[in-house]
Amino acid sequence: MAATAAKAAPRKTAGKSAPKPSARSASGASAKSSVSNGPLEFSKDEELRAYRDMLLIRRFEEKAGQLYGMGLIGGFCHLYIGQEAVVTGMQMALEQGDQVITGYRDHGHMLACEMDPKGVMAELTGRRGGYSKGKGGSMHMFSVEKQFYGGHGIVGAQVSLGTGLAFANRYRKNGKVALAYFGDGASNQGQVYESFNMAKLWKLPIVYVIENNKYGMGTSVERASSTTNLSQRGASFEIPGEQVDGMDVRAVKAAGDRAVKHARDGKGPYILEMITYRYRGHSMSDPAKYRSKEEVQKMRETHDPIEMVRRRIVDGKMASEDDLKGVDKEVRDIVNAAAEFATNDPEPDPSELWTDILR
Amino acid sequence: MPIEVLMPALSPTMEAGKLAKWLKKEGDEVRSGDVIAEIETDKATMEVEAVDEGTLGKILIDEGAEDVKVNTPIALILGDGEDAGALKNGASGASKAPAAGAQASAEPKTEGAGPSTVKSDGAPASGPVKVESAAANPPQPRAQPEPDVPEGTEMVTQTVREALRDAMAEEMRKDDRVFLMGEEVAEYQGAYKVSQGLLDEFGKERVIDTPITEHGFAGVGVGAALAGLKPIVEFMTFNFAMQAIDHIINSAAKTLYMSGGQMGCSIVFRGANGAAARVAAQHSQDYASWYSNVPGLTVIAPYTAADAKGLLKAAIRDGNTVIFLENEILYGQSFPVPKLDDYVVPIGKAKIARPGKDVTLVAWSIGMTYALKAAEKLAEEGIEAEVIDLRTIRPMDTETIVESVKKTGRIVTIEEGWAQSGVGAEISARVMEKAFDWLDAPVTRVSGKDVPMPYAANLEKLALPSVEEVVEAAKAVCYR
Repeated sequence: MAATAAKAAPRKTAGKSAPKPSARSASGASAKSSVSNGPLEFSKDEELRAYRDMLLIRRFEEKAGQLYGMGLIGGFCHLYIGQEAVVTGMQMALEQGDQVITGYRDHGHMLACEMDPKGVMAELTGRRGGYSKGKGGSMHMFSVEKQFYGGHGIVGAQVSLGTGLAFANRYRKNGKVALAYFGDGASNQGQVYESFNMAKLWKLPIVYVIENNKYGMGTSVERASSTTNLSQRGASFEIPGEQVDGMDVRAVKAAGDRAVKHARDGKGPYILEMITYRYRGHSMSDPAKYRSKEEVQKMRETHDPIEMVRRRIVDGKMASEDDLKGVDKEVRDIVNAAAEFATNDPEPDPSELWTDILR
Repeated sequence: MPIEVLMPALSPTMEAGKLAKWLKKEGDEVRSGDVIAEIETDKATMEVEAVDEGTLGKILIDEGAEDVKVNTPIALILGDGEDAGALKNGASGASKAPAAGAQASAEPKTEGAGPSTVKSDGAPASGPVKVESAAANPPQPRAQPEPDVPEGTEMVTQTVREALRDAMAEEMRKDDRVFLMGEEVAEYQGAYKVSQGLLDEFGKERVIDTPITEHGFAGVGVGAALAGLKPIVEFMTFNFAMQAIDHIINSAAKTLYMSGGQMGCSIVFRGANGAAARVAAQHSQDYASWYSNVPGLTVIAPYTAADAKGLLKAAIRDGNTVIFLENEILYGQSFPVPKLDDYVVPIGKAKIARPGKDVTLVAWSIGMTYALKAAEKLAEEGIEAEVIDLRTIRPMDTETIVESVKKTGRIVTIEEGWAQSGVGAEISARVMEKAFDWLDAPVTRVSGKDVPMPYAANLEKLALPSVEEVVEAAKAVCYR
């Protein structure tokens, strides 16, 4: 078990060690696999892209929260604020045509896949211009064009489905890799292990990305999981796994590169446990009383994924404050346009009730 | 007394088999545990072990004999001190062994090589109940083949099992996106031998043995379908699909709608559904009504081999999520199948399996055996029943049912599943909505009894519908 983890660990560290998420430390001490602590340095272009992409997700989600408060978005709405580095870094490790699938906290994944923010926001408001014509909502959106396979509301279902995407890749011998995201909560589901078994047995090209934001709804990992080093959950199938500082987009990208290469090279599945944090409640209706304000505040101040990139950009003089203000404005304009569209786009025609049941 | 070795039953539904090979000859010493013969069923070749010691005194059934009924004496074993002279009685006893097989065989013997049998005569409620397979010599519909089969088309006799296999093979030849996955479908050639030969023809990339993890492999199949492949996912039986039902409904059936028509799921979930024989409650459930409840699913339950073939081909091509409910007892039953290169039966169309004017009987899958047999009996009493083989449960061909009711004014539904919220209940509602003014009697349901399936042979028989119940129901709605 340790052997597979060791193989997967990064060989070199570059510069200062990455900040470890604090809530991790208690259980992290006993973890066999190391948190990747040596992210490769990003080029200027990479830093700027990461900054812009993460900021888009942050602003989009803030706007979604606002529209929810105004009653424009209904039902469940799970925001991704705080976890932006995970999808942004992983997306940077993918090639055109690789597939992505995730659970219900999916807005960030869709934006990272370059789906149109207007279409995503209009789906949140249940309008005809939404990706699912308003019939799917926050948790159920798809894009064949962007190879985004949802958006699934059943905890853990996307793990088996993602394994099926990888199965299709191997069947077609197309060299593509599937990425299946799921949370620490889903990591205890039975079908996850059924999928691990098949993925390893058949050497399927898949990377399992566990987004460990420390709480499955209101239950902390420690209270729900008999073993808390989720990167080792594939050990009995000999699937290599590593813990990654999911608040550092560089660490995510570096681990993503390793994992995706492993899968693309025909070596089978790979597990990345992203240690991350969500700032908001589980959903809009969750007051998040199971954790202290200080815990959240500390994370925001010291480990915010966007702020860390911003500081590096400014400190490294890769761009000026004015340049970054330009990026901020561009992002705000996109989000405002999306909100505008999603507010004014008509609801689906009543006849849509009866379409898309069979084809 | 010489000990009779009886033709053993090697599966819950086996009624007869071939005595493929004798591994001992007359005069050989036999010890408990020795393999004495090989038996071939339509599913497998199995070895017969002796459970008694002695000398193989006489072989009663020659090697190569086909269709040897279960519980027919196949050999005699002489015990200590017995000699060939003792064979006279035994042999003559054996020669009297009825040919009818399991239903009316000899008393259970000490060998225990086979199910304990019950007599066919006298079936008081408290005593042994007559055990008659619903599908022994399956009653044949009159009105086949399909109207669009060209006149003069040659018909070949095939089992349902072979027809299903041919359907998959034909579609796999035609479309390389089609593949088969499930437990024991490849190297074992299918738990019920439905996929026999497919591994040889298509290789392990397209005929895939899965671990025994229904939830997981159903999800993998759906994921592959979302990515554009066309999986056929075999459940050994649909009882095990309860573990996978979340993917069938939440991931497969709903995705086209949830994606606004963007991403569909072209997949067939198939396998044996409903009661087999003597496998008790957890392995004997009929799921037709469960799946029929779900928009986004297409639910098919064929009776004949021709429909099994034509509808499975249609299901694979369909482009949606199809639940294809087979029946273990029907797998080995033979029917004429049109010999055509591409025989496809349209989904969603019921068939008049037997025309009549006095009462409509609606059934599907194995329910058709009760309906057709009942129709024969009713005819003897001057009642002409029209038998409709529904074939597709969802979408339901309401029109064919309603048209028939307009003619007969009476309808009886037949299913092995439970009555509450059953398919018969749905048919009843539709007939009331669409043909109320034509009804001359209440819609009547014949169904499985409202109990978990019992194991005991007599109780199982009572739990299932019977031909008699259908006859009675039909007469009741005819006020006779």
